[in-house]
Amino acid sequence: MGRDEIFDTVREVLVDALAVDEDEVTADAKIMGDLGAESIDILDIQFKLEQAFGFKIAQGEMFPEGVMQDPEYVQDGKITDKGLDELKAKMPHFDFSKLGGDRSVTGIGGIFTVDTLVSFCQQKLQAA
Amino acid sequence: MRWMWIDRVVELVPRERLVAIKNVSLAEEHLHDHFPATGGAGIGGRAAMPIMPASLILEGMAQTAGILVGHADGFKEKVILAKVSRAELTREAGPGDQLWYTATIRTLSGAGASTEGVVELVEPGGSGRSEIGRIDLMFSHLDQNMAGQSFPEHNFVFSEGFRTLLRTSGVAADF
Repeated sequence: MGRDEIFDTVREVLVDALAVDEDEVTADAKIMGDLGAESIDILDIQFKLEQAFGFKIAQGEMFPEGVMQDPEYVQDGKITDKGLDELKAKMPHFDFSKLGGDRSVTGIGGIFTVDTLVSFCQQKLQAA
Repeated sequence: MRWMWIDRVVELVPRERLVAIKNVSLAEEHLHDHFPATGGAGIGGRAAMPIMPASLILEGMAQTAGILVGHADGFKEKVILAKVSRAELTREAGPGDQLWYTATIRTLSGAGASTEGVVELVEPGGSGRSEIGRIDLMFSHLDQNMAGQSFPEHNFVFSEGFRTLLRTSGVAADF
């Protein structure tokens, strides 16, 4: 499945899960900031991607969860060096170079885009 | 008043489907406020119109689907309604009507579940069940999704009322 085809399916999932218009779902649209997803929507998107593509997604595989609560990885609301290494290893679909210098944990939401999800699905399909 | 919006479970296929019924009755206080007569009997007045609030039909489906999701793991998880993905009702239900809720699991995981639901109506003297709506929901397993927050160990979601409902419906409720 090509990246364009994956994008189309991801867009369908997001339109369905978030009740947004198709033209709002651009590659660089932020899932939370631009498309208005809340935490439960992430689980909804996860379920719908599983159905659409036929793979299973483990908890915390698509969007970081455990890392954020670990004081070794996050201190004073900022991601530590070790935390960033861990995230890069666990979340290769994210482009952490866009995170910005302050490494604020809340900045993760800002780099979680439609493109991130497309990359995630592409990597899952390639690994299958 | 007890917060029970289904009267009986009529079918349970574990981890797959649950069907429950609700008998709408004029003994339910809220029907007299939803909607009361207004403006007297003359011109401009409106007779009372007791109909079941759509929000409570939604709650009925949430309880139907919630029991199905809870049953899947022996009622160990605290199953919380997290999202109404879709809710469409095409007509109202009034006193004497019977609602049939059929909930089907679409996805089930450690973190939660999504369900699809069909609402049907049986009118007294009518010709059986006719579909009046669809309600799709998402449930979260509370202890798995609140960033490590802890909650009381006992399952306060599935209370005595639910256990009674299950028992009187012939479903084992020894949790």
